[in-house]
Amino acid sequence: MSVQQKSSSSSKAKPVISSVNEFVIKFANVNGSGSASANTLFAKSIFRSGIPVAPRNIFPSNIQGLPTWYEVRVSEQGYLAKRGGGVDIMVSVNPQSMMEDVQEVLPGGFFVYDDTKPLDIRMLRRDIHYIGLPLTDITNREYEDARLRQLFKNVIYVGALAALLDIKLDVIDKLISEQFAKKEKLIKPNCEALRLGFDAVRESHSCPLAIRVEARDLVGDKIMMTGNSACGLGAVYAGATVAAWYPITPSTSVAEAFEKYASQLRYDKETDTKRYAVIQAEDELAAMGMVIGANWNGARSFTATSGPGVSLMTEFLGLAYFAEVPAVLIDVQRAGPSTGMPTRTQQGDILSSVYASHGDTRHVCLFPADPFDCFKLTVDAFDIAERLQTPVIMLTDLDVGMNDCMSNPLEWDDNYQYDRGKVLSAKELEEIEKFGRYNDVDGDNIPYRTLPGTHPEKGAFFTRGTSRDEFAIYTEKGEAYQRNMERLLAKWYSAPDYLPEPVITRSGKSASGATASHGFIFFGTSRDAVHEAVDILQNNGQVIDMLQLLAVPFHDSVREFINMHDHIYVIEQNRDAQMRTVLMNELDCDPLKLRSVLHYDGSPLSASVVIERVKPLMNIENIQSSN
Amino acid sequence: MSYFKPQFRHPQLPTNERGFTRTAYEGLISTLCAGCGHDSISAAIIQACWELSLEPHRIAKVSGIGCSSKSPTYFLNKSHGFNSVHGRMPSVATGAFAGNHDLNYIGVSGDGDSASIGMGQFAHVVRRNLNMLYMVENNGCYGLTKGQDSATADEGSKSRTGQVNPFENIDLVGVALEIGATFVARSFSGDKQQLVPLIKAAIAHKGFALIDVISPCVTFNNHHGSTKSYDYTREHVQSGNIVDFVPSRTEITANYEEGQTHSVQLHDGSMLNLAKTKPEHDPGNLRAAVNALQASREEGEILTGLIYIDTEEPDFKTMMKIGEKPLNSLSQDELCPGGERLEKINASLR
Repeated sequence: MSVQQKSSSSSKAKPVISSVNEFVIKFANVNGSGSASANTLFAKSIFRSGIPVAPRNIFPSNIQGLPTWYEVRVSEQGYLAKRGGGVDIMVSVNPQSMMEDVQEVLPGGFFVYDDTKPLDIRMLRRDIHYIGLPLTDITNREYEDARLRQLFKNVIYVGALAALLDIKLDVIDKLISEQFAKKEKLIKPNCEALRLGFDAVRESHSCPLAIRVEARDLVGDKIMMTGNSACGLGAVYAGATVAAWYPITPSTSVAEAFEKYASQLRYDKETDTKRYAVIQAEDELAAMGMVIGANWNGARSFTATSGPGVSLMTEFLGLAYFAEVPAVLIDVQRAGPSTGMPTRTQQGDILSSVYASHGDTRHVCLFPADPFDCFKLTVDAFDIAERLQTPVIMLTDLDVGMNDCMSNPLEWDDNYQYDRGKVLSAKELEEIEKFGRYNDVDGDNIPYRTLPGTHPEKGAFFTRGTSRDEFAIYTEKGEAYQRNMERLLAKWYSAPDYLPEPVITRSGKSASGATASHGFIFFGTSRDAVHEAVDILQNNGQVIDMLQLLAVPFHDSVREFINMHDHIYVIEQNRDAQMRTVLMNELDCDPLKLRSVLHYDGSPLSASVVIERVKPLMNIENIQSSN
Repeated sequence: MSYFKPQFRHPQLPTNERGFTRTAYEGLISTLCAGCGHDSISAAIIQACWELSLEPHRIAKVSGIGCSSKSPTYFLNKSHGFNSVHGRMPSVATGAFAGNHDLNYIGVSGDGDSASIGMGQFAHVVRRNLNMLYMVENNGCYGLTKGQDSATADEGSKSRTGQVNPFENIDLVGVALEIGATFVARSFSGDKQQLVPLIKAAIAHKGFALIDVISPCVTFNNHHGSTKSYDYTREHVQSGNIVDFVPSRTEITANYEEGQTHSVQLHDGSMLNLAKTKPEHDPGNLRAAVNALQASREEGEILTGLIYIDTEEPDFKTMMKIGEKPLNSLSQDELCPGGERLEKINASLR
């Protein structure tokens, strides 16, 4: 299926990368210059041409002025992880970063630049192809207004790329008219700008390039969405009514998406009232306090934050764990510690989430890999939190959270009913002789809750972070305290019954008949890179089974998977092998058996990184790390 | 402290409009020190709720951490309570209110809980004009950790060990006025006559209602030189039984005409200067309220009573546009947009 090949061009020594639907193109822009919507337009046009596409924003912690990039992987084979290892086409619109951008182009690749001024001689390489485009000339000629010049410059290079890569203009025209459906006046000038670029490049260069796009029908009913949007929408579908949050990159758009969808779906125009409340808190501590307060009252409530926010919320998480109040926390991870790299991705909050707060605490964690998961697991999170009466932390990351990801369409079953857990109604209280909030009457370690205001005489109790007995009466008696702690632990061990199972993919046997002795364990956004790496390794004769974790605590199948394989590779995006620590701690397995494959430079994981890291561990130094 | 609470009640205790006797509003026995101002406040809350004929189970009690925050156990036993984390009661109350605006929220906090660790949350709950009674049981010290100064201890006030507090104090009443509180009052735990009507008014107020109650700590801040003390022990200790001896005391009361400054004689003969809201002070006028507060401070007096009230400002529920039906009682049908709508959303993402 792979069509990418590196071949030499006929007469001269200069190589040319030739490929249909299998390449990486990167846009080098200036932050705040309006390039984002044009770049999205480009990525979406590939998607609409029926070809799998994975765009990624690489941006600084800055509002305006610093370099920013948009990297798009086009992959007919359907590989959506970062490819890594240089780009095939660089669209250079930022003189600031040009020197490093030109170095990133693979030999035989293309460098598209604004040739209004001659290129600095230092930017010249013998092994790549230069495509000059008089961007500034065109915008100066066509537009009076400086702002319009800036904005349309972006659309003009998209038009040029359409010619160079053979993307059909009508596909982009349609996207533009959809984008500006509510501002119709903007449709025509955008379509015209598109043609300015299209025509200009056709006059000066032969089109299309050896790298090009050919329409396919490979994306089916898939959607493109950010994980954060999917989480926000999931919370609306889950019936969350109170969202309390504090702005922090990269999670901010979760609360914003919740508000956007709720304002469309849960607003009563007649009375000008909302069936939801979004509270921008004064800090993350307050956000978590609000979530706990609302859930205490039986309103589904959540917050979204990133690592620094989780640190601030830990005291409250301990309270919710100990007092058994449901709470949902979406942690869109970024590179830590401390402020770290706020706009770079990582999976660095595993330990600080699973064991958040002082004393003996353990929290249920979920790990979505794509927007489909983000939506589904957000819905699940509320059921799990209410069923187990405990905080549920969903760990996504910047990579899935803030980038448009191609994903299976979101699913909803209208027959599904929320699991609101064990909450007693006034009628049920009536029938009970003596209510004990922490009395395990069913023997499943989950006592019944009551909500404030339910019954005039029965069910009231004092929720507290201090030790209490089965009837919620304060006590410092060691036995009562210990009984309670043991029950909480037993509840934790039974939690997998309510959690999504890991996804296990068995390779079967290799050609030589060997069963897999290697098992890869991974989670979250590492999924696509690992799948791609395993494809490459299997093509090279390796036999590998995979286990994608979706939740902590672990199902028995995780232990079985580890026992079943001679070598386990735990692949994660942090320095300290945090998930490996959790596996060791929770499953008591042999540390020597769990080998770490780590990547934590802030960039998304790629298949080539996985392969480079596992090669020495698997003793397979001769394998190429890309398809 | 007492360790026994008599169960006997007079058979003909008076009932309120809902037919409840006062006992329906009581709580567990207090574990605070005998004579603690906080217990008088609990009694005032019980009295006020009884007089208001509130349904006990439709009240929610919220608190932070500290002596004050323990006290919700000692009143309204038929109400749910939430003893949360130190200084963070306002956020819990905010979330609880957003989830169900149909309950009466009584928040109990202390000077450490509100003016130190919880200063940020205090300020923000004021801004949000959350519909609740926010009671600060203010004794100027940390009781449970044995009497350290709190941020409301006055400059120049002496600690139990004789150290003079060099720092400016935080007056929560002044702060609340500055950041837009709509009901601001100060009272004294021994002045039930003033406190009960204030509590009733605060509960009835639509919006955030602060009552800063000077509530002397009989154990750690009750010595000569403390500005939040009953100032009597020193007069009495000739027998030597001063420290750590907390005798059973009768309730401290004060009776006076409205609009007058009074030196209140405490049960042991010590004095506390109190000034009632002055007749010329109009609690409906913010500038007058700020002036009155400042004037009383300059005179070395403690201004009590209703200091400021604004009934016009929209409350939290109004600002948030939350509908009449509490959010926690909305059904899945009212909350979930359903599969057909999701298909449309999917289509818009292609």
